[in-house]
Amino acid sequence: MADQPATTEAEHPGFPETEPAETLRGYYAQMALIRSFEQRAAEMYQRAKVGGYCHLNLGEEATVVGLMAALAQRDYLFTSYRDHGYALARGMAAGPVMAELFGRSTGVSSGRGGSMHLFDERLRMLGGYGIVGGQVPPATGAALALTYRGEPGEDAEAVMCLLGDGATNIGSFHESLNLAALWRLPIVYVVVNNGLGMGTPVEKSSAEPDLYKRGCSYRIPGERVDGDDVLAVREAARAALTRARTQRQPGLLETVSYRLRGHSVVDPARYRSKEETDRLRSLDPVPAFRARLVAAGILDETTAQRLDAQAEKDVDDAVRFADESPEPRPEELFDHAYATPVPNTPSRLPGDPVVEVPGAVG
Amino acid sequence: MAETSYRQALHDTLREELLRDDSVILLGEEIGVFEGSYKITAGLLSEFGPQRVLDTPICEEGFVGAAVGAAMLGMRPVVELMTINFSLLAIDQIVNHAAKIHAMFGGQVSVPMVIRTPGGGGQQLAATHSQNLEVWYAHVPGMKVVAPATPADARSLLTAAIRDDDPVLVLENLALYNTRGEVPEAKETVRIGTAMVARPGEDITVVAYSRATVIALDVARQLAEQGISVEVVDLRSLRPLDRETICASVRKTTRAVVLEDDWLTYGVGAEVAATIQEGAFDYLDAPVRRVAAAEVPLPYAKTLELAALPDASDLTRVIGEVLDATRFSR
Repeated sequence: MADQPATTEAEHPGFPETEPAETLRGYYAQMALIRSFEQRAAEMYQRAKVGGYCHLNLGEEATVVGLMAALAQRDYLFTSYRDHGYALARGMAAGPVMAELFGRSTGVSSGRGGSMHLFDERLRMLGGYGIVGGQVPPATGAALALTYRGEPGEDAEAVMCLLGDGATNIGSFHESLNLAALWRLPIVYVVVNNGLGMGTPVEKSSAEPDLYKRGCSYRIPGERVDGDDVLAVREAARAALTRARTQRQPGLLETVSYRLRGHSVVDPARYRSKEETDRLRSLDPVPAFRARLVAAGILDETTAQRLDAQAEKDVDDAVRFADESPEPRPEELFDHAYATPVPNTPSRLPGDPVVEVPGAVG
Repeated sequence: MAETSYRQALHDTLREELLRDDSVILLGEEIGVFEGSYKITAGLLSEFGPQRVLDTPICEEGFVGAAVGAAMLGMRPVVELMTINFSLLAIDQIVNHAAKIHAMFGGQVSVPMVIRTPGGGGQQLAATHSQNLEVWYAHVPGMKVVAPATPADARSLLTAAIRDDDPVLVLENLALYNTRGEVPEAKETVRIGTAMVARPGEDITVVAYSRATVIALDVARQLAEQGISVEVVDLRSLRPLDRETICASVRKTTRAVVLEDDWLTYGVGAEVAATIQEGAFDYLDAPVRRVAAAEVPLPYAKTLELAALPDASDLTRVIGEVLDATRFSR
């Protein structure tokens, strides 16, 4: 995408002249894929193809795509359990992501993790994490590990750690920010503020509801950005990552967007009024970005429909791949008990004897 | 063979591993400038510098979790928790993260980290600083938990733990730091997951770990003078648990007592007793007995602390009761 000729402001009103049209169309394609994937994930959940919890990025597509556009391949990513979109935008194929939701052995975590625990070591996406804020200390430690690999600089690696607004109230968030600032770690914490921790508004859970200010006790600079604006998100994330790489200055970025549905698939979000829900739908970043691109002449309706259709098809294929993939076999239950095998590692199924009894009467 | 203290054995092992492998780093409260609350890390900051020996703020969840993430990227962090009581502040990172990440993500990464921490009472540290919480971690698949009783095992098990690719909790004990023993010059490798017969005997088996093993060995020596032959099985590893070595011993001696510093209910002794009744039922001449701490928050006052903690006389008495119940002739 980067080798496309730059277009000009005059050509594409509303977008910077340095922004290649192909890049913008690529962002829309990613947003459309995430939108399709999440809608289908909800449907598959309702059809009991997906178990457990299932948290969707619906309404957060611009944030997801903007953040992932800022993250370099060499960087590391830790996310919360609301991770499907990040996995896709980071480069995981939709099939293995859907297969993970289906609990199949072809899933990105071999069916061991499910919706909340998407992982791809090669893509340096080191996990979605199911415990609220649980990823924050390990992400901080990953940034510590990077300080042993090389000097700060434009080409240095960095860590991006995503968390929700609700996670800013847990102790380890503050412990981690303190460590990152004390040790000058190359990490950017991104608070994806969708306004609600499950059903609790930010103002009811955070005494400082301007979440980007919560790094001030640690002298970590914060910035708030419109999470519905993919380019604004990307630029802010890029700038924070650059400070992390070149100065080992940890950063705190807050993106503000809205969840179009409940906390998880099964949550009807009755705590929001119909008026509020209607208002949020009117702000939906996916059609908004599509309309902006069409208005700017970057996308014509035919191309837009083609991209939408491609997203649908990719998700159709993903569902088929997941459905046709084998379930893990019970014999594989203990496959990842330990990384270093040791004697006497338990491998008993329920009801099995704990020890062999010599000469036991049958 | 050279005689050294448990403390020195731990120190020397950390130093050797820091020298051997650049990816080994130490983290913990007061381990650098202060040289460690129990001086295990004395001199290591000045030798290896602040990059390898990191003093942390007081934030167990933060720095244990940071060790998890550093380990995921290939470092080998060795965390010191000042006492196992403080591990409760980090338990989410230990149980929900360190112990889960390898399996939950389909084996894509491992978490080669060590948590060193002393447990145990008897120092008049009162209720919150005297607990034995190792069984909390030994309960959790994905963890490895070892509990060396001697300087030789402190060295070999800590070495094995640092070189292991899984999270390993190394249980130390405040009362053992000054104990002395022979440590082989050549590094003996003890495999995590194996118990050992610390003293062979014929008449009764005592199963123990950590400080309780030292007490059991003392009692065994005393009872030998009375013609009673006690076999002491030192568990060394609480997870995995070497059930075969336990059962093999009891099949031979036909009698068993478990000694543990911890509270009795739901403890290691309960697991060992259940293992024995399943693996050596037909061999048992008497019910398995457990000698464990009284189930109270450990009081400060010395008389009460002594009353609550199991000691050599408790073990001697219970061994006598088991022998008497089976009409053992001395």
